[in-house]
Amino acid sequence: MSTTEDRSTGTEYEQVQRSPEFIELRRRLRGFVFPMSAAFLIWYFAYVLLASFAPDFMATPILGSNINIGLIIGLLQFVTTFLIATIYVRFANKHLDPAAQKLRERIEGVSS
Amino acid sequence: MILAQDVSQVGNVALNIVIFSLFVLVTLFFVYRASRTNKTASDYYAAGRSFTGPQNGFAISGDYLSAASFLGIAGAIALYGYDGFLYSIGFLVAWLVALLLVAELLRNTGKFTMGDVLAFRMRQRPVRAAAATSTLVVSFFYLLAQMAGAGGLIALLLQIERTDRVGQSVVIAIVGALMIVYVLVGGMKGTTYVQMIKAVLLILGAGTMFVWTLALFGFNLSALLGEAVASSPENGAAILGPGLQYGATALSRIDFISLALALVLGTAGLPHILMRFYTVPSSKEARRSVVWAIWLIGLFYLFTLVLGYGATALLEPGTITARNQNDAAPLLAFQLGGTVLLAIIAAVAFATILAVVAGLTITASASFAHDVYANVIKRGNFDADAEVKVARITAVVIGALAILGGIAAANVNIAFLVALAFAIAASANLPTILYSLFWKKFNTTGALFSIYGGLIICVGLIIFSPVVSGENSLIFPEADFGWFPLRNPGLVSIPASFLLGVIGTYVGGRHPVDEAKAAEMEVRSLTGAGAEKATVH
Repeated sequence: MSTTEDRSTGTEYEQVQRSPEFIELRRRLRGFVFPMSAAFLIWYFAYVLLASFAPDFMATPILGSNINIGLIIGLLQFVTTFLIATIYVRFANKHLDPAAQKLRERIEGVSS
Repeated sequence: MILAQDVSQVGNVALNIVIFSLFVLVTLFFVYRASRTNKTASDYYAAGRSFTGPQNGFAISGDYLSAASFLGIAGAIALYGYDGFLYSIGFLVAWLVALLLVAELLRNTGKFTMGDVLAFRMRQRPVRAAAATSTLVVSFFYLLAQMAGAGGLIALLLQIERTDRVGQSVVIAIVGALMIVYVLVGGMKGTTYVQMIKAVLLILGAGTMFVWTLALFGFNLSALLGEAVASSPENGAAILGPGLQYGATALSRIDFISLALALVLGTAGLPHILMRFYTVPSSKEARRSVVWAIWLIGLFYLFTLVLGYGATALLEPGTITARNQNDAAPLLAFQLGGTVLLAIIAAVAFATILAVVAGLTITASASFAHDVYANVIKRGNFDADAEVKVARITAVVIGALAILGGIAAANVNIAFLVALAFAIAASANLPTILYSLFWKKFNTTGALFSIYGGLIICVGLIIFSPVVSGENSLIFPEADFGWFPLRNPGLVSIPASFLLGVIGTYVGGRHPVDEAKAAEMEVRSLTGAGAEKATVH
């Protein structure tokens, strides 16, 4: 990995790192994944805390059936997981991949 | 074990063996075919990076859905009701950490192991040694859990009682030997095929039981739950709400929060899962594979919810106890479809263990050969063929250790051991992975503090926990040297490891950051420039 060639490409990577296109790509990625991660972790721990400290609330039946609030919130964790995965793929395909590809072609076109 | 004896008296041994042998024959065929393109290190460790996203999604599911997921969760729901369901949610939500924060960036910067990513811009030898140490420890706990689970299945599949230590040991040795053959002959490609086939069988098997069980209640979930309540005279409606397993005291509630933390942060630090991201040609395919895995794994956990409550509803009240809880799903299969369905489900469960163990073995052997042998001992001056040879030898050694460990740990609870592996992965691996991907100032000292600190604190707290010694412990019930109150150490060890990463980084801050390397890593991780390409045969 550490050949002398890395030095010369390293500087090129530094140039790319400073380019507005790259800064914009990083901003978009972090602007999506950090808040989204915070959101699903808060939602998950809200669920965990409810299950630990409000079991009676979670055991409340809905509409006289045997299905209770806890089961619904648990299943909603599945729904949000599927949903976030889908949203992220759409976001990445549309807003991350084209920019990443342009930068990749720029780097690989020059250095190889 | 009176009830467990009932289990092994149902079913037809010959039929069980025939169905399981079919699985072995089919997978061996694929493993043999895979061996013909198994030449370079990239072939052996990363299947030539030639799998598609959906294929890898199935293989990830096959690698992830262990015996703990299938037998353990269905059993826990059958026994404790809602509290068993909490495991599935943690195991699933955890995949969002892998999808959003780890999978793609790791694929773009690494080659074969987790150590590759950490060593990218840090001092190679200490960081790789640390990464290999934690990889081996996590893999060892996980392997033990799988092999311990094999004992119960052997009782089920071959009607060799757990008390028949000789018979059980012989079968565990055969299983271990078979796994070694898969890994040696097939490398990562062969292992991947085994995992894909197993994932399809497992999801089809659980899906069949899911539809069958619901059909008996006119596809009315509320009716199924009502019957489950009626069939549990001791707990009654309490099985529908949380608290049966973890709600007893304030301490057990905190213990549950600790477990939940380890589950959600552990997945993205499991070495055998991380290594799967290298088997696809690009980060985009890595993303697709995680999304496929999320759907497949989520679907499977929805099945287990119905299987668990279904076992409570349809089996005689009192059939499932704390001692035989892992048998809930196979017993339900027998109740539904008699000996044939039982044979299929038992064979699938066995295939599950085999596939997971193969995945763990190839990961641990890759980490030893690639990180320790090639880069720590040989300092990067090595011949790739020699490295693969070392990996193969390591695989045999690890396989042998797994056989011995499996024989020794035959009666320890599976889901519990897996949860400990998750806690160690979340403590020793995840903080360092996230810091090296997202924090430019993070340095070698920080990585070493976080990996070794997380590892030592986590394993240390386990040793002094009520799990290892004390009245209700699993290992030394006669002695009592415990002082740590929680059964799962995650709540302490995971934040401690994140903190140690920061402290270490400032302690080691005298060494300037290698700006060029840091820039290269960040640009490569986001753009995929210079990432390892798929090999063409």
